[in-house]
Amino acid sequence: MNEDAWTPIPGSGFDWNPLTGRLHWGDLKLLEVFEDPSINSFVASAASWIAVLAALAIVILLTVKRRWGWLWSEWLVSVDHKKIGIMYILTGFVMMARGVAEGVVMRTHQATAYQGGFLSNEHWAELFSTHGTVMIFFVAMPFITGFMNYLIPLQIGARDMAFPVLNQISLGLTATGGALVMISLVVGAFETGGWTAYPPFTGADFDPGPGPDYWVWAIVLSGIGSMLSGLNFAVTIYKLRAPGMTFMRMPVFCWTALCTSILLVFALPPLTVAGLMQALDRLAGFHFFTNDLGGNMMNYANLFWMFGHPEVYILILPAYGIYSELTATFAAKKLYGYTSLVLATMSIAVVSFCVWLHHFYTMGQSPTINAAFGIATGIIAIPTGVKVYVWMATLWRGRIRFTVPMIYMAGFFMLFVIGGFSGIILANPAINWQVHNTQFIVAHFHNVLLPGLIFGIFAGVHIWFPKAFGFRLHERAGAITAFLWIAGFSLTFLPLYVVGLLGYPRRSAAFEDPAFIPYMIVTLCGAFVLLSAFIGLIVTLWLSVRHRDELAVPLGDPWDGRTLEWATPSPPPHYNFAVIPEITGRDAFATEKAEGRPYVTPTEYRDIHMPRDSVAGVFVFLCTTAIGFGLTWWIWWLAILGALVLLGWMFIYPFFDRTDEVIPAETVRLANEAWIAAISLREGVDRDDETTPRNRGFAATDMEQAT
Amino acid sequence: MSAKAQNAHPGMNLGYGEGARKAEVDVFGFWVFLMTDLVTFGLVFAIFGTMVGATAGGPGPEEVTDLRSIAIQTALLLGSSFAFSWASLSMKYDRGRGRTLIFLSFAATSALGFLVMEFIDLRHLVEIGATPQRSGYLSALWALVGLHGLHVAVGLLGVGSLTGQILLYGLTDKIKSRVTRLGLYWHFLDIVWVGIFSMVYLAGVA
Ligand code: HEM
Ligand SMILES: [Cu+2]
Repeated sequence: MNEDAWTPIPGSGFDWNPLTGRLHWGDLKLLEVFEDPSINSFVASAASWIAVLAALAIVILLTVKRRWGWLWSEWLVSVDHKKIGIMYILTGFVMMARGVAEGVVMRTHQATAYQGGFLSNEHWAELFSTHGTVMIFFVAMPFITGFMNYLIPLQIGARDMAFPVLNQISLGLTATGGALVMISLVVGAFETGGWTAYPPFTGADFDPGPGPDYWVWAIVLSGIGSMLSGLNFAVTIYKLRAPGMTFMRMPVFCWTALCTSILLVFALPPLTVAGLMQALDRLAGFHFFTNDLGGNMMNYANLFWMFGHPEVYILILPAYGIYSELTATFAAKKLYGYTSLVLATMSIAVVSFCVWLHHFYTMGQSPTINAAFGIATGIIAIPTGVKVYVWMATLWRGRIRFTVPMIYMAGFFMLFVIGGFSGIILANPAINWQVHNTQFIVAHFHNVLLPGLIFGIFAGVHIWFPKAFGFRLHERAGAITAFLWIAGFSLTFLPLYVVGLLGYPRRSAAFEDPAFIPYMIVTLCGAFVLLSAFIGLIVTLWLSVRHRDELAVPLGDPWDGRTLEWATPSPPPHYNFAVIPEITGRDAFATEKAEGRPYVTPTEYRDIHMPRDSVAGVFVFLCTTAIGFGLTWWIWWLAILGALVLLGWMFIYPFFDRTDEVIPAETVRLANEAWIAAISLREGVDRDDETTPRNRGFAATDMEQAT
Repeated sequence: MSAKAQNAHPGMNLGYGEGARKAEVDVFGFWVFLMTDLVTFGLVFAIFGTMVGATAGGPGPEEVTDLRSIAIQTALLLGSSFAFSWASLSMKYDRGRGRTLIFLSFAATSALGFLVMEFIDLRHLVEIGATPQRSGYLSALWALVGLHGLHVAVGLLGVGSLTGQILLYGLTDKIKSRVTRLGLYWHFLDIVWVGIFSMVYLAGVA
């Protein structure tokens, strides 16, 4: 150890130098297996090799196919909300590959964990920590942010977000977080304190290494991005709705997006504050959450869950929005109980701020406080129940097509209700004390996250993929995949309710009771079904791309849709609408179709102003990644450089006047008239032929109750 | 919107055109941003509140409070806000960019004075051993005061950038909207300071 060098934590034992901080060759996990061969280090090294080789493969592919320029100018610098949305969802999928792989490795470990499994304790802890962090922050969040990005402007009849460049910056910040977590797979190690990263266990005294720093910077930086997304979505919905689109005429998805945005705006600051205080504790020796000198970790627990509980509604509300659009569209009926659905969504958003304490009933509050939070938690079940009934009533006597989205919906109905019930059970402090920190919790939150959120996302992908890319997804492959998800989920996680009640703690690397072994074997089988379900997604995509000519729906309305986004060609033009529509009622497009006047040619076209491309997102991504990586490894010059460049840019940026790109009225007219002409050449397809090649995206409507 | 045109931001006097509509969206977005900042400050205040007693035998409120200096800092910051309002008013009534710039420079000088005083105070804290590493109370104090100070410093950078823009381009619609937003930020920091002044310093020694 170098005695002269200053290190933030004196005596922490890190060999520090000004150039590379505390980073050394030995931190590369690629080499671990050669230095200390064991199954454990083999798994660790294999994971980092996979990450590195996958990145390399992408680079090579882009180079060989000469696609760098395309990637840059079509995607990375685009401020189009649709492209940004697609990039978010793609990020989610890539990260999900990692999350699912980790889940399967963990389940394999637990199947061998009777008196100790094949992974070391640290490695196991790192796995559940990265898995949880990745799944929540870099899978679930990008998925819902992606959907909101893609759908909000299209559904409210706007051309883009209120702040398109800021939108790109949000994506850049999310990418920073994801990049830091991926880097931790190769360089150094991640933290071991779970996705919640409670100090003092993650404090400098117990874990001075880079792991918790990776977590802090990934979470803080991407969290700022999410907060800015929330701001952007909320302002877009408040200010950019098309004329006539009153609040009570908005599609339900936009309502859920609005509530989620409000939650993002209010719930992300606690996470940022908690993360930054943790960073001050770790880097500068502050005492917010330490054991000594007046620190108080309960402050962390409160801050974290003031974010954490609203977070679960941030994630689930847009999924509810997708289910609402799904039931109405795929039952060809008006949504039953629009108003109650809106009120239920709003109530959930409000009450979700009053329940955070149910995550730590056992941490020393008085019974009265626990009771109050228990009751508040129970109350949330009421609006949620309202929603389930609303969806059932919408399906009732509808023209239901049991296609892929509806399969996910069916899985959601059956499984999510079980998850909700286990939530009500957990809301009761007396019961919670018994099952706290057991596998029962693991079963509960996977039960609401997978069938609730993830199924909703996949259903949504099947619904809107044709909108975004102009062809439908392969029906059979999609259906098989959906059933695999449902079966895999049930096998993997339902048994955990039982082992949880039998007393198997969560996050434990080994167990002592042989009674758990059979359950662990069942869940291992389930995990492999889930893995094949994930592969099923890739197969579905691959088959769909191969058959894209049969599946093409360029005319834009393959499902007899009800909301404005279906009144555009697929994929929609950069400017979304040739002319901004005038809205006269709920379900704008369904109304037009029912009244027999969809696709009217506007009398007058105007020039359209669109924001220009920008490098802001990429730039912010590079700067903040430098900051995060530098602070994690104590490479001060890198962090300072990143911060200075960023600040300087913020200082100079406003000097450059950003002019709009003008799309001439004539171009818009030609494109729009070509599309309408193509529609008038075809006959509409009715719902029986929805999944046949006859469906080109022009629907013969058969909605009796359109309005 | 077209049917009933409204002067979206009388405070900026932009009239009824597209510029006003854009400014309205921008300023509303900025209000939402301030709300997130308010939540942030509120949480740091709350943490401070739980840590008032956590002095761990180290310096407490009496030792860290120099009311005379705090009073001067308060006067400087409030004065800065006052000067900023004059800048906004001369912008609104088209009194020329010179006047606006002069008031802006008053605001900036005053805020700079505030930062210098704050810096001197904090250096004094280091001298008497009241560093944030000493106790939970001091960690929270430094974080709260430092967060506010950082905000003021960033605001100063903003004034610098805006001054340059006004000199280069004059008071265009876009720049007027930026001045308005910076003004909101400026007054917001004042309100936060009133909170710090009363809850951290006055309540500390009272
Ligand atoms: C797809 C297959 C999945 C498998 C096989 C899987 C497996 C696991 C396992 C074994 C654990 C550790 C349980 C323990 O602590 O004993 C875990 C934890 C967790 N999982 Fe999953 N999971 C999957 C999907 C998901 C999804 C989709 C999400 C969220 C969107 C998710 C979020 C979490 C979280 C938040 C934790 C807690 C981490 C912690 O303890 O801090 N998982 N998962
Ligand atoms: Cu909760």
